[in-house]
Amino acid sequence: MSIPKYPDPRAGHTYCTWTIRILFALLAGLAPALARADFALNLPTPATGVAQDIYDLHTLILWICCAILVVVFIPMAIALLKHRKSVGHQAAKFHDNLAVEIIWTVIPILILISMIWPATKLVVSMKDVSKSDLTIKVTGYQWKWEYEYLGDNIRFMSNSSTPQAQIDGEQPKGEHYLLEVDRPLVVPAGKKVRLVLTSNDVIHAWWVPAFGVKQDAIPGFIRDTWFKVDQPGIYRGQCAELCGVKHGFMPVVVEVVTPEKFDAWKQEQKALVAAAAANAGKTYQMAELNAIGEKVYTANCAACHQANGVGIPGAFPALSGSKIATGDVAGHIDMVLNGKSPTAMAAFGKQLSDLDIAAVVTYERNKWDNKTGDLVQPADVAARRK
Amino acid sequence: MNTTTVNDATGHHDHDHDHAPEGFMRWLTSTNHKDIGSLYLWFSLFMFFFAGALAMLIRAELFQPGLQYFQPGVFNQLTTMHGLIMIFGAIMPALVGFANWQVPLMIGAPDMAFPRLNNWSFWLLPAAGTLLIATFFVPGGAISGGWTMYPPLYMQGGIAYDISILSVHILGISSIMGAINIIVTILNMRAPGMTLMKMPLFVWTWLITAFLLVAVMPVLACAITMLLTDRNFGTHFFDAAGGGDPIMFQHVFWFFGHPEVYIMILPSFGIVSTILPTFARKPLFGYVSMVYAVASIAILSFIVWAHHMFTTGMPLGGQLFFMYATMLISIPTGIKVFNWVATLWRGSITLETPMLFSLAFVILFTLGGFSGLVLALVPVDIQLQDTYYVVAHFHYVLFSGSAMAIMAGVYYWLPKWTGHMYDEKLGKVHFWVTAIAFNITFFPMHFLGLAGMPRRIPDYALQFADFNAIASVGGFLLGASQLLFLYIVIKCARGGAPAGNRPWDGADTLEWTLSSPPPYHSFVTPPLVK
Repeated sequence: MSIPKYPDPRAGHTYCTWTIRILFALLAGLAPALARADFALNLPTPATGVAQDIYDLHTLILWICCAILVVVFIPMAIALLKHRKSVGHQAAKFHDNLAVEIIWTVIPILILISMIWPATKLVVSMKDVSKSDLTIKVTGYQWKWEYEYLGDNIRFMSNSSTPQAQIDGEQPKGEHYLLEVDRPLVVPAGKKVRLVLTSNDVIHAWWVPAFGVKQDAIPGFIRDTWFKVDQPGIYRGQCAELCGVKHGFMPVVVEVVTPEKFDAWKQEQKALVAAAAANAGKTYQMAELNAIGEKVYTANCAACHQANGVGIPGAFPALSGSKIATGDVAGHIDMVLNGKSPTAMAAFGKQLSDLDIAAVVTYERNKWDNKTGDLVQPADVAARRK
Repeated sequence: MNTTTVNDATGHHDHDHDHAPEGFMRWLTSTNHKDIGSLYLWFSLFMFFFAGALAMLIRAELFQPGLQYFQPGVFNQLTTMHGLIMIFGAIMPALVGFANWQVPLMIGAPDMAFPRLNNWSFWLLPAAGTLLIATFFVPGGAISGGWTMYPPLYMQGGIAYDISILSVHILGISSIMGAINIIVTILNMRAPGMTLMKMPLFVWTWLITAFLLVAVMPVLACAITMLLTDRNFGTHFFDAAGGGDPIMFQHVFWFFGHPEVYIMILPSFGIVSTILPTFARKPLFGYVSMVYAVASIAILSFIVWAHHMFTTGMPLGGQLFFMYATMLISIPTGIKVFNWVATLWRGSITLETPMLFSLAFVILFTLGGFSGLVLALVPVDIQLQDTYYVVAHFHYVLFSGSAMAIMAGVYYWLPKWTGHMYDEKLGKVHFWVTAIAFNITFFPMHFLGLAGMPRRIPDYALQFADFNAIASVGGFLLGASQLLFLYIVIKCARGGAPAGNRPWDGADTLEWTLSSPPPYHSFVTPPLVK
């Protein structure tokens, strides 16, 4: 018995050649994929000092592991090649040696102690959220993020913007497939940004690999973390904690801009908020509400209740022909506003505007088998809010 | 360690089994440690294939970006059930099967201490397994929140979530009873002269593992009972709105969960520590330090649980404590690896199938240990937590660790259990395909995790496509090659060259003094151990 190393054409009958042939055939089959491959082998290019330190710490521990690997497996390889019965090697009888046991206990301890210092220093700096320039509250929802600029009255939802048709393979996938949102988090470059995180429903995790930031968002609790990015640009990440059906479709996108651009952006947002407030008393036509409602439905409801309103039997109820969507209008609005604990039906009152809720309720009451003809105005929703 | 009595193969010295029932009733009512050991092993093999099939479906969906075969909800059911069934249905029962077969044989006992309890321990498993598999067919489908069952996500599911809690309770009861049986057997039924420090290392690892089981299975039971009452009876243990804390579940769960990891690896250490000396024809190096290393790993396993939770945002002191404690585990683990290499050194090595699997175990488990050390560092863990790096890490310790040690053990003891030699040539084919396919499947996952691919997602960004395609191809090969394992085992059980009492010339534990297969009441007269 020998260890197979290379396929030997003269040894076509042996199992090892056979195995390796299959392996090569498989690799050959993958060749087209390999030709255009984008094989990232390491952590992404760091965009923050913390991410750079993590990168360096990882490189250090990786080299230490490689060194230990070599030191341990060279003797093993020698034993496997030379100390074989087939080459006539006689077994020695030794089975104990206190000195070597002590040596290979103490040396790893020394290696570990050398690792502790850089790791501890980095943990301390990652935990230091003091002296921040800006605080943003991040709230996880199934399955989107809400960003609130504390003190600035700016608050918005950030939804995945990858079209369902791309996910279902009906359209070619875009460059930033699954890593794109309708409204990114916008932050100024060169400023220390502190995030305070919580969740509205289940545990999520806000993660941008290039920042070296991953923090769970926990319902009922506040956690914080920070980052400081010097280079303006767009940085992408994802929710990292399993949070239900659409966990894989909950991207994080951060747009880092110069401080001047950031101030301009803030003014723009405040103007939008003012414009929305001015529209509060407006009444809408059925067609307008249905158009807005369809968008809101697709972004917030279709994951569970499905685009055709039939839901998933046993897991998510149908809306088409349902008691709530065809019964009392107030009950329907209440369900959307307050949700149904502890099911996945979220309280959308905190996430959506009166207009959005009015539109989606109108949409649901007039779509599929539901032909109630009811028209719900934003003022009706405002009246049901407690 | 030669023994005084050797029964003949047919066991005519025994009487009671002559009246034992035949057919199905023999297995249902059996109190014999070998029959029950076989039941455990067959059950775990079935579950291994069932959960493996789920893994094939996962790899099929992940072969390319986009949703091809499964909706995300179904995909989450597949990943959750793959993990839950592999851990509780495949790995743990397989190791208990080894304990049943081997502990009495290796300590010179006639049977386990509590034969009827043993029967009950096993027959709870098919009930629990059936319940678990049945959840795929209830309204809403199986549980899909991950095998870790974190609330509040776990609150959102249907009836499957309650059924699964019941099933895990039953599995836990079975484990506790099995563990008590093993402890009592080892402490009371060793052959005269076999002091604790003369026990084969496999027996030592199971003694320590059994204590771990008794210590932590009740903790799991508490955690899932609180989930059950939160779901059904209006309590708020894990609901902040009622004064509870969802993170408390994670603390309780991982206080069970981390020792659980060692429950799955320590007996595997024992198997490998038995096989390496046999085929190196040289005694195990550093037996005493191996025993102490296993014991220290077991003790340390109780103080490292929160390293699964670094991203929950615990205080600085907590992060540092759990980082240091976790790094400490690499010391006794390293000692074991060094001892294994020293066992091989200047041996007279042959490479039969059990040896090949054991050598692969030493190398690949060490790689898994290294990625564990990388993950122990809090800053690096924060980057890699919940990514494919973690998936790679735990498959290196659970598949090329536990599962490959189990395969090594099966090849090693099949001749003893069946009386026939397995097909050595096919065994080696099985080994090489398994080892190569395993690495094609899981090595690229390190890169996926480093590059930023989260785990438990049914669809991924385009930059992860190539490594996923490779992993899927490797996965299919790995899955298919296990059919060969099934074929080899069945072929060996049905016939083959007679194994004789001691097919391995380097083996020196007590079971090889008996006939193959061993007589009904393994050691009727206790052997004398010098």
